[in-house]
Amino acid sequence: MDIPYTVKPRPDTGLYNAKVGIWLFLASEVMLFGAFFSAYILLRVTAQHGFWPDVADGWPHGLLNIPIGTFNTAVLISSSVTVVMAWMALKENNFPKFRNFMIFTVACALGFLGIKTFEYKEKFSHYVIRTTDGKVVTGHLDVDGKSPLFWNLDTVKSKNIEKLKVEVDIPNKYRFPVGMHVPEDIHKAHAEGRHHDEKEIEVSQIESLKAFIPSTHPFFAIYFTMTFLHGLHVLGGALVLAYFTFIGTDLWKTNPEQFTNRIEVGGLFWHFVDLVWIFLFPVVYLL
Amino acid sequence: MASTTSHTSASHGVTHDDHHHHEPGFFQKYIFSTDHKVIGIQYGLSSLAFLFFGFLLMMAMRWQLAYPGKAIPVLGALFEKALGTDMAQGGVMQADLYNSFGAMHGTIMVFLAIVPLAFGAFGNYVTPLQIGAPDMAFPRLNMASFHLYFLGGVVMLGSFFIPGGAAKSGWTSYSPLATLADPVNVIDGQTLWLVGMVLLITSSLLGAVNFITTIIQLRARGMTWMRLPFFVWAQFVTAFLLLLAFPPLEAAGLMQLADNVLGTSFFLPTGLVTSAGQVPVSGGGSPLLWQHLFWFLAHPEVYVLILPAMGVVSEIIANNTRKPLWGYRSLVYAVLAIGFLAFIVWAHHMYMTGMGTKIATFFQTTTMMISVPSVIILSALFISLWGGSIRFNTPMLFALAFLPMFGIGGLTGLPLGLNATDLYLHDSYYVIAHFHYVVAPGTIFGLFAGVYYWYPKITGRMMNETFGRIHFWGSLVFMNLIFSPMFIQGIRGMSRRMYDGGATYFQDGVGADPGLLKLNVSITHAAFGLALFQLPFIFNFFWSISNGKKVTSDNPWEATTLEWQTPTPPPHGNFTSEPVVYRGPYEYSVPGAKKDFTPQGQPG
Ligand code: HEM
Ligand SMILES: [Cu+2]
Repeated sequence: MDIPYTVKPRPDTGLYNAKVGIWLFLASEVMLFGAFFSAYILLRVTAQHGFWPDVADGWPHGLLNIPIGTFNTAVLISSSVTVVMAWMALKENNFPKFRNFMIFTVACALGFLGIKTFEYKEKFSHYVIRTTDGKVVTGHLDVDGKSPLFWNLDTVKSKNIEKLKVEVDIPNKYRFPVGMHVPEDIHKAHAEGRHHDEKEIEVSQIESLKAFIPSTHPFFAIYFTMTFLHGLHVLGGALVLAYFTFIGTDLWKTNPEQFTNRIEVGGLFWHFVDLVWIFLFPVVYLL
Repeated sequence: MASTTSHTSASHGVTHDDHHHHEPGFFQKYIFSTDHKVIGIQYGLSSLAFLFFGFLLMMAMRWQLAYPGKAIPVLGALFEKALGTDMAQGGVMQADLYNSFGAMHGTIMVFLAIVPLAFGAFGNYVTPLQIGAPDMAFPRLNMASFHLYFLGGVVMLGSFFIPGGAAKSGWTSYSPLATLADPVNVIDGQTLWLVGMVLLITSSLLGAVNFITTIIQLRARGMTWMRLPFFVWAQFVTAFLLLLAFPPLEAAGLMQLADNVLGTSFFLPTGLVTSAGQVPVSGGGSPLLWQHLFWFLAHPEVYVLILPAMGVVSEIIANNTRKPLWGYRSLVYAVLAIGFLAFIVWAHHMYMTGMGTKIATFFQTTTMMISVPSVIILSALFISLWGGSIRFNTPMLFALAFLPMFGIGGLTGLPLGLNATDLYLHDSYYVIAHFHYVVAPGTIFGLFAGVYYWYPKITGRMMNETFGRIHFWGSLVFMNLIFSPMFIQGIRGMSRRMYDGGATYFQDGVGADPGLLKLNVSITHAAFGLALFQLPFIFNFFWSISNGKKVTSDNPWEATTLEWQTPTPPPHGNFTSEPVVYRGPYEYSVPGAKKDFTPQGQPG
């Protein structure tokens, strides 16, 4: 006996096996990301004051690049549209059209990952510096024209640097939670198009210097963990879709219905990955 | 080890194999098999081996509890050699070794022994047969899930041998202890524990998707939902519990892994200080978060441990009372109710965290609610016995013993579900006694019953009855001698997880109760008794493969469900012709019928 309903739907459930399987798998994925979102909420409501003196609730805001994040959201949403178009093209028996839409989808996925990598690098070279006078600034370092990644105070000291050049951020308005007063000079600086102040900080005056990496603050911990996990999902989905676009196309000739089913299942997963991002983006970038 | 032993028993699986299938090689047949029956056997043998290993860890710990500071006979020297002098100096179990054996005993028993045996082995072997399916819906996924499980087991076992030894923070792995227990090593026992858990969780998730899809999609013609054997229902709900409860633990595991390896502070609070001074982390995390995520899994997990055993016991009781199960529908609705409620009781493990009366009231209420369907199931099974002409064979003896043992375990859980009493009983030996009554004489008896019951289907031979009876009576007596005194110890205030069994406390005469320590000795003796009475089982299990009484029919127990209408052992693809189902699962002693059982596949 062969396993039934691998391709044709079972009459009473109206579904073929893989479709049931993917929905179940997605249910477990909802629980996985749900747990991370719950963790985010709990970490945020129990956040400790003091680490970020310029925010009221102990939780950093406005540290992520919102325009880039918005752009990436658009990239992912477009790919979610084209994956459906690709599947519809198969239903119309139009393989070249399928292929074009799929190539676009996979390209979007790679684009998304590329942009995300750029963002990560930007964060790893971004620092929060606390000086002995109790002031805290954020910004990129300027060491002989280079912007180093993953440094800490020990690294700075080991380089025998006495005065550290820092491109200190002029905080954007997102740094201030709704209802909090935004100082005048910040408005002014932004109106003039200034986003950084070049400053030199005496290394002996630095109390701590930490890159925007997971261990620096629970915000970064949860931000990196969630977006990395999401990124892995994007990568996995892209690999599967790419496989059916470039390598596993023989199935289309031998069993087009099964091939179409696989694309449908892959598409469902892709929508889910998209959906996660649609929650993730406002939560970590905007709120 | 598992792969070589699977050779012997699975080799019977091919004697009746389809002729037109070309002969696959050894690896394909036994290691990379996609046949649910071979995978079931792989799960069965590996999990039994882990059960044995988990028990050995506990035997070493029991020695230390009874005779703290005395060298462990035979094994002590071995531990010192293999694990280092700081673990077992002069063959004496040190505190660190006790802690890591304890944590690994719990972890191995739960995640590598009982669940894989109940769900992986019985679920895999029996479920497709009982619903009349040729295999699982996704055979290759099934294989992957076994391989992940096996890999998870290897990682867990390997962790004993790294510097610092295996995880030491209990199977619950509470932060911040779990992260700080081995502060010097980045790759420490806890890290490997987490890696192992992520593998095991992934394996379970794949398995759960596969089981649910199989049960929804591959039921034979005529196998409506209300004709499913109760065993299948139990597996179905179990699979849902795994599917939805495990991901949060996977999330928590990944976060704790980050805490361990990347130095994040998901679960580490601000201002954490140890004897080594201030802990150099950012802080700002929440230890409570770990507890919530852990118990969100771990409560449903207890139902994962018990429901499949209930399923096994139900099949065997119906078969050996020669009567339909009493209240089949209430059993089904009860198991579904458990499935829902299991997700909203988790914080009853956390009363000690001071959650406030409102939240505590919520969780006390849901906890009392979930005991109702459990009582329904147990009562229905008890009532099923009424008026039956019971056949007392070995599977039935174990199934019968399951009922009161699980009853004791369940009833003693009620005081733990109520805030006022739990604050006193929490983390005492009372808790140990309670949940062991559920899982050891409870679940394990159910699973033993299943081994004796389905053995003839798998091997074509019966297990020996005399050895079976010796195994049963010895186990029943010694299980109770082990676990019932622990209730007393706990009520009198003895804490769990003490590496010397409480000897230090009693030394200074505070609350001195030497009787409690004497119980430690008698419990350990009983544990040795239990070990002794497992020998007949182990012998029987291997000996019967080639020497047991040959079955004379495909249905030696004269049972109604579909797995007995296959050849023995079932060939690849299971059924020789497409099975069709005409009736409910337990048509025993139907008035007017020729025989006292009417198989599900019998027309008319
Ligand atoms: C049948 C033989 C068994 C004996 C004699 C035994 C004995 C014990 C004892 C004495 C403890 C307490 C150790 C301590 O607190 O220091 C313990 C802990 C535990 N046992 Fe067992 N056990 C047995 C079987 C099982 C089984 C079948 C399970 C299956 C789920 C299991 C799961 C656990 C767990 C989860 C813990 C808690 C570990 C921790 O503290 O983190 N045990 N066992
Ligand atoms: Cu619980």
